[in-house]
Amino acid sequence: MHRTGDLYEQFQTLEQQKETATLGMWVFLVTEVLFFGGMFLAYTINRSAFSTAFGIGSNTLDIKLGAGNTVVLIMSSLTMAMAVWSAQVGKKQLVSIFLIATLGLGTVFLGVKAVEYKQKFDHHLVPGHGFDMTYHPTHPMPGDDPKELALEKKEVEEALAHDPDINFHGQLYFSLYFGMTGLHALHMIIGAGLLVWLIKGSFAGRFTPQYNTPVEIVGLYWHFVDIVWIFLFPLLYLIDRHR
Amino acid sequence: MSEHIVSPKVYFAIFAALMIGTTLTVWAAFQNFGKFNIVIALSIATVKATLVVLYFMHARYSPKRTQLVIVCSVFWLAIMLALTLTDYDTRSHEMQPGVSRLDRPAAPYSFTA
Repeated sequence: MHRTGDLYEQFQTLEQQKETATLGMWVFLVTEVLFFGGMFLAYTINRSAFSTAFGIGSNTLDIKLGAGNTVVLIMSSLTMAMAVWSAQVGKKQLVSIFLIATLGLGTVFLGVKAVEYKQKFDHHLVPGHGFDMTYHPTHPMPGDDPKELALEKKEVEEALAHDPDINFHGQLYFSLYFGMTGLHALHMIIGAGLLVWLIKGSFAGRFTPQYNTPVEIVGLYWHFVDIVWIFLFPLLYLIDRHR
Repeated sequence: MSEHIVSPKVYFAIFAALMIGTTLTVWAAFQNFGKFNIVIALSIATVKATLVVLYFMHARYSPKRTQLVIVCSVFWLAIMLALTLTDYDTRSHEMQPGVSRLDRPAAPYSFTA
């Protein structure tokens, strides 16, 4: 394809080119909305049918790590937005700084997620052969709060009385937990790859007030991933916290 | 170029609003509002998502046709959710709240209206 500078031949102006690219990205994001929408639908149906198991599963998640990660991700959205602004006003050095900050915060998010996954493996809460919701309350790990654990034990016992198949239905909750957060994490990893590419471009001084479409487009993707987490956090971490 | 540049002030204001929203969600989750816990949680999440779309993703300053695409995505999502959930809600089948797997009738897929 022939292009003059940053302008491809099928476009009249850089502005038209940017608008077209943005529209194309939004069309992709629509497909993403429906893709994640299907998972939220599966979640809704199963949660309404097995609310006890979902509540008990949700209470095993670490709310401090979840809420902390929400803050980290929203901060990364802010730095991403600031990277777009820096490119628009021609502050080339700031573009690099904000992109690196975004990548750093994204990496922190994924690191915390890995810690959370590790806990679930340790507590026998990964769907499959070893899945047992009564395991963790009876097998304390180093660093566990005994008060918290006693509460969890009581909860699991009460839940068992209400729903004897709690270990079957709990696996549904954790399948959705790993499926949804896993797909979200995959999107984050792809986003991190895109950020590395952007950072390379910004070091080369590629993004100017006239041409900053790649920053804008990756920004749209990054904010979309943030939105998915904004819904995942209350739905997965905050069920039945008041009981 | 006539593109609209959103100022950092707006970005930081939206960031502050999102932080308040997050705090509010966590606080609300520990209160007992009965059936409204989920309504409150989803309302706050929707407001947060709308702020991100309008300001971080510049939807407010986008051309009309981009805004149309965004509204369409919400509309199509609503169709998918509404039609599927009405289907599940109006059937009586093996997925009953609190019914044990072992107590269910022998033929698991016999739907009784």
